[in-house]
Amino acid sequence: MTHKKPLTVTINGESYTREVEPRLLLSDFIRHEIGLTGTHVGCEHGVCGACTIRFDGDPVRSCIMLAVQADGHVLETVESLGTPDRLHPLQAAFHEAHGLQCGFCTPGFLMTLVPWLADHPEPTEAEIREAISGNLCRCTGYQHIVEAVRLAAEKMKQNGID
Amino acid sequence: MKPAPFDYHAPESLPEALALLEEHGFDSKLLAGGQSLIPVMNFRLAQPALLIDLNRIAALGGLEGTADGGLRIGAMVRQAALERSALIRERAPLIHETMPFIAHPQIRNRGTIGGSLAHADPAGELPVLTVALEARFRLERSGGSRLVDAVDFYQGLFTTALEPEEILTEIHISPLPPATGCAFSEQARRHGDYAQAGCAAVIGLHPDGRCRAARLVFLNVGDIPMVAREAAAMLVGDHLTSERIEAAVRHAADHEIAPNGDVHATAAYKQHLAFVLGKRTVQTAFARAQAAP
Repeated sequence: MTHKKPLTVTINGESYTREVEPRLLLSDFIRHEIGLTGTHVGCEHGVCGACTIRFDGDPVRSCIMLAVQADGHVLETVESLGTPDRLHPLQAAFHEAHGLQCGFCTPGFLMTLVPWLADHPEPTEAEIREAISGNLCRCTGYQHIVEAVRLAAEKMKQNGID
Repeated sequence: MKPAPFDYHAPESLPEALALLEEHGFDSKLLAGGQSLIPVMNFRLAQPALLIDLNRIAALGGLEGTADGGLRIGAMVRQAALERSALIRERAPLIHETMPFIAHPQIRNRGTIGGSLAHADPAGELPVLTVALEARFRLERSGGSRLVDAVDFYQGLFTTALEPEEILTEIHISPLPPATGCAFSEQARRHGDYAQAGCAAVIGLHPDGRCRAARLVFLNVGDIPMVAREAAAMLVGDHLTSERIEAAVRHAADHEIAPNGDVHATAAYKQHLAFVLGKRTVQTAFARAQAAP
C-alpha cells in the first residue's frame, strides 16, 4: 500500500539519494535520514517556524512538506551558513546583539532572514517585525532579534554578504 | 504528529491526475501547497489513502492577462507569486492589497491560490476576494470541464461545488469597470494569524457620482464568504454618504452574517468587528472609486 519512493535531493550543495515512505516529513528526512540536526522541529504543524529551510531558495516550513516532494529540488539548511570559527554575518549579529537565549528557534529565524536581507538591505523596524512574524521565540521577547537583524543589515552593507 | 501511512503519486500531466482522481475519488486527496492539508494530516484529522501531488503539473501554473483586461490564474500559482506580480497589482489591486494578510511569508511561498480556494476555510482571504471580484473557477474532470461562479462554489463549511473527480484548474477574473474601487480589511490577534473578522468591498460609481454597483463580502463570520446583498442594495442608486454607508453596513452586521463565538471572540464581538471593518472598507472603496479613472 505505502511503497517506499526514491528521491534525489541536493542539500547544501551535496546530492543525496534515498528511499522513503511517502508520509515522512521533510523535516524528519533532513534530521534523521541525512543527519543534519540544525533544522529544529517545534510545533510540527506549521506555526512556530523553527523548521524553516530554503526550498529552491525560498524559505518554507519543512514540517509541513513531505520528503518525497523534495525530489529533484535544491534545499539549504542552517548548516549552509557559517561555521563556529567563521559565522555568517547574520549569525555573528545574533551573537553580538543577544538575539538568542536557548537557541531552539534560531535556525528558523536565520533561514527566514538570510534571503530576506538580500532583498531588504536597509530594513525598518516595522519591516523586520513583519519579516519575522512567522517565527516564534519564547526567550528573547524579539527585541534583541530585531536589533540583531538591524546590526546584520548594517554590517552586510559595509562588508557585503559573505 | 506524523501523518498516517498513505500512497503517493506525483503525476506530470493533468489527464494523468484526473484519471487517478476518477479511480480513487473519495479515498484520495489532492496536494497543492499543503499548508493546510499537511498540518491536518500531521494531526491525523485527515487520513487519505492516496495523495495526488499536483506540484509537478506545469499546466496548472501560469498567470496571464486576458485580452479583455482580466486575468487567468493557474490554480497552482503560489501566493508569493501573486503577491509579487505586477500584473496582479495592476489588474486586481484588491488581491495585491490583501496578500500580506495571508499567513506568513514562509506559508505564502508554498501556499497556492487554488489550494486555498478549494480548502474553503471560512477564515481564508482568497475565497472572500474571489467572491467579491465575481471570479469564475474552471473545474475539470476526465473528458470535460465547467465554469462555476465563485459565489456558487462555496456551499458550506469546508464544502465546495467540486465533485470528487474534479480539479479546480484555473481562476478567471474579469476587469474592473471604470470608476470602481476595492478595499479589504481584517482584524487578527496577531498579524498573519487567522482573522477574527474581515471585509472586502467593491464599489462602482455612475459618471454623475451615484453608486452603480456595490459588493460587500465578509470573512469568518459564517460558514462561507458571507455576501451582504441587502446592504449592497441599500447603497446602489444614490450618492453615498457616511450615514448611508453606516446604515447599510449596520444592516449587514445585524442581519446578513452568522458569526460563531470562540474562545477569543464572542459572536457579538465579531458582529461589532464586522460593522466597524465593513464601514471602514466601504468608505475606502468609495474613495478609491471616486479617484479611479
